Amino acid sequence: MKAGIVVFPGINRERDMAIALTRSGAPPRMVWHRETDLGDLDLVVIPGGFSHGDYLRCGAMAAHSPVMSAVREHVARGGYLLGVCNGFQILTEAGILPGALLRNASLRFLSMDCHLRVERTDTVFTGQYQRGQTFRSVMAHGDGNYFADDATLDRLEGEGLVALRYATPTGEITPEANRNGSARSIAGILSPNLRVLGLMPHPEDLVDPLMGGTDGKPLFDALAAA
Amino acid sequence: MQREVNQELAREFGLSADEYARVLEIMGRTPSLTELGVFSVMWSEHCSYKSSRVWLRQLPTKAPWVIHGPGENAGVVDIGDGLAAVFKMESHNHPSFIEPYQGAATGVGGILRDVFTMGARPIANLNALRFGSPTNPMTKRIVDGVVRGIGGYGNCVGVPTVGGEINFHPSYDGNPLVNAMTVGIAPKDRIFLSTAAGVGNPVVYVGSKTGRDGIHGATMASAEFAADAEEKRPTVQVGDPFTEKLLIEACLELMATDAIVAIQDMGAAGLTSSSVEMAGKGSVGIELDLDQVPARETGMTAYEFMLSESQERMLMVLRPDREDVARAIFEKWELDFAVIGHLTDTGRITVRHHGQVEADIPLGPLNDQAPLYTRPTTETQKREIINPAKVEDRVGLTAALWKLIACPDIASRAWVWDQYDSTVGGQTVKRPGAADAAVVKLEGLKRALALTTDCTPRYCAADPEAGGAQAVAEAWRNLTAVGARPLALTDNMNFGNPERPEIMGQFAAAIRGMAAACEALDFPVVSGNVSLYNETREPSGAVRAILPTPAIGGLGVVDDVAQAIGIAIAPWLDIVLVGATKGWLGQSLWLREIAGREDGAPPPVDLGAERATGDFVRAQILNGNVRACHDVSDGGLLVAVAEMAIAGMTGVRLSTGPREIPSHAYWFGEDQARYVLAVPDAASLIRAAEAAGLAAARIGTSGGQDLTLPDGGTISVRALRVAHERFFPSWMDGG
Repeated sequence: MKAGIVVFPGINRERDMAIALTRSGAPPRMVWHRETDLGDLDLVVIPGGFSHGDYLRCGAMAAHSPVMSAVREHVARGGYLLGVCNGFQILTEAGILPGALLRNASLRFLSMDCHLRVERTDTVFTGQYQRGQTFRSVMAHGDGNYFADDATLDRLEGEGLVALRYATPTGEITPEANRNGSARSIAGILSPNLRVLGLMPHPEDLVDPLMGGTDGKPLFDALAAA
Repeated sequence: MQREVNQELAREFGLSADEYARVLEIMGRTPSLTELGVFSVMWSEHCSYKSSRVWLRQLPTKAPWVIHGPGENAGVVDIGDGLAAVFKMESHNHPSFIEPYQGAATGVGGILRDVFTMGARPIANLNALRFGSPTNPMTKRIVDGVVRGIGGYGNCVGVPTVGGEINFHPSYDGNPLVNAMTVGIAPKDRIFLSTAAGVGNPVVYVGSKTGRDGIHGATMASAEFAADAEEKRPTVQVGDPFTEKLLIEACLELMATDAIVAIQDMGAAGLTSSSVEMAGKGSVGIELDLDQVPARETGMTAYEFMLSESQERMLMVLRPDREDVARAIFEKWELDFAVIGHLTDTGRITVRHHGQVEADIPLGPLNDQAPLYTRPTTETQKREIINPAKVEDRVGLTAALWKLIACPDIASRAWVWDQYDSTVGGQTVKRPGAADAAVVKLEGLKRALALTTDCTPRYCAADPEAGGAQAVAEAWRNLTAVGARPLALTDNMNFGNPERPEIMGQFAAAIRGMAAACEALDFPVVSGNVSLYNETREPSGAVRAILPTPAIGGLGVVDDVAQAIGIAIAPWLDIVLVGATKGWLGQSLWLREIAGREDGAPPPVDLGAERATGDFVRAQILNGNVRACHDVSDGGLLVAVAEMAIAGMTGVRLSTGPREIPSHAYWFGEDQARYVLAVPDAASLIRAAEAAGLAAARIGTSGGQDLTLPDGGTISVRALRVAHERFFPSWMDGG
């Protein structure tokens, strides 16, 4: 698995992502946002941060960076693409994934543990989790409130493209577990070919017992083995 | 239109008559407006430390592991593995009252620059905050803005905010304290300093453009607030964390080359202080051409350029043959890069604008003849030692615990730290609330840093010397409680008007106490900041000073991060108290919150006992004998145990305390040098403590869902947690 991490100015979780990928055996190379050729990458990751300061809508400016044409071509070729946090926001702004990430319902930044219920396991991202399993992750965002119109949400659910939902530690979907107020508790969604995943929480920050857990590691292990 | 320079204008700029006379003597003529501006900011309290320097010299600053002590942009200590920790704490108090969001945000930005300017990648932020009474309607707005500002800046630059502290007291109404601390890591042989060298070398400006914001911020920070404080909003700067992030990456990229001779961030007094300090330290001259400075606005004067405190700017001296290397890096990061001058052999700072010389000042006298005052001091009157037997307990343990665990000074700070990204970087091992100190691992290594901020202002007000010692001791204790070896500290001295003898007396006494504690604990001061004039003048004319607040930022190292422990207890452990208890109620939170009295002498700090107890506890932790550890501080023993139970969501059954101490004094007294340990085997730990000459007693066992008090009262830990977490959300969000 040849992995690359796209770095826009203001991205700040690229090092965390590199640690997680390296730990699972897929040491990545960094791709500067002005590059226009992704070479032979199998997996492209857009990590978290505040691209261009997110002074416009989160991810809106990065979505128009030179590298994004190459990312679209990569997706069209059937390449794997993972967008986490600001990366997910960029993918929705670029129209690669549907919907939008609004301000958290509390209108405050949320930095805390959350639990994610795995909705399907036949993907390259979730293959090492069990269906219905919940795993712990951390979230750290001000704009993670997933929104789409009802028709889009119905389609996502109907086609089984909801990968992860916010849940209680025992897997129940409750309003309390859905801290940012996301529609239908959606934390992560897939593209129709199941090769693009966008999610708000940070599995890359729990891949080592010394970080307090390894709940996020199966995601990277699965990717590295693909 | 330019004002005429005279003594009246000098006074408006904050210079006394004597100081202005000295300016005239140095210059041998009437200074230009720009020159007067340069003198006034360089000789402001904020930049010159003119009232505090004579006292600061008493602090111990050396140890074999100290690489750079006070005098550089930040302190530098050797942490092993060829690495150095670079750290400092700095205040942004006045701006945070005037405009809480930007005041706090730019406070974070400023301290980050002090650290990365030395070549260190910032890996952690902390902040020590003091706010007015929660019942004051203004306080809520300030808390909201400060918390959003710290989060807004820190989250965006991608440096985790891992710890800090908050106190409330009416003395901070109208004068909150925002003390921000940054810790960075650098190879210990690649530390960058600000000493300029090499006549002819280019002086380079990088970062954001210069605007008219923050002019005379340093002077504002050197005067008390009058009723017009809010009209000073234009002196507060506006932060741009995105540019700061780019600046961090660009500077670190450039620092990996050999291009930089010297580098200094533009903080207080902007271009003036950075150029004067760099050239002064290197005993060279400097010539600046302001026409080359990237400007955000048109029509700026030389005075405005020199005094602007626009954020996210750095000044560098480069090797002339490496200018292109540097330019390419800054262009990649889309930051301004401009050669704005060069070093000279004149020993003067010469500033040109539109072809005119606007300032020409000899650097030697500007730096060496800065005022230095030994201001008069009066001692704080000693308070009465309160006999616990004479303080009646009218409520009992259960009711007191319910009240204390929920009171603003003890209530959970989760609402605050949930707004700070504490995990970015992926190295945060103990997040806020998990342990007495934050623990942040060094990427790719077993080693970790432990970080804390501490001060108990009510102790300092009652006895500044004991309070100063206590602040240092508590920081040392919090590092010890996670298993870390304390290495060094940074101090942020927040006091009132130094021209009043009682305030200067508080300052001098606090320094004495701190110095004694630093000495006894081998815990030197390597950096710091002084913020004076923290006073508010009421419309009635009365002046109200803050509680003296010498905030301490402590740094320690854990050689193997797997050995670090937190405060959360698990079931089926013995709970042991290590350290002697007399039941000291003076200045305790119990006395204030339950008995309604803010009085008495604060707990004395026995530095010998502190050292012996801490060294014992640390050794036990590193030997693997301890599962959880919490120092006993605000609220005393019962609050400490309750916090451990809440963190672990595990009950504790407590035994009866000693008969000779009144129950409320034993459980809520704030005697120092004590730790609560959760251990699998109390007997062997107590034997070891006694062999070391220390008091130790088993006070309970863990298990179940309830906290069972020695008087038979039973409290559900879940309910206690709800009470503990209620204050902030219900006060701030009404939820």
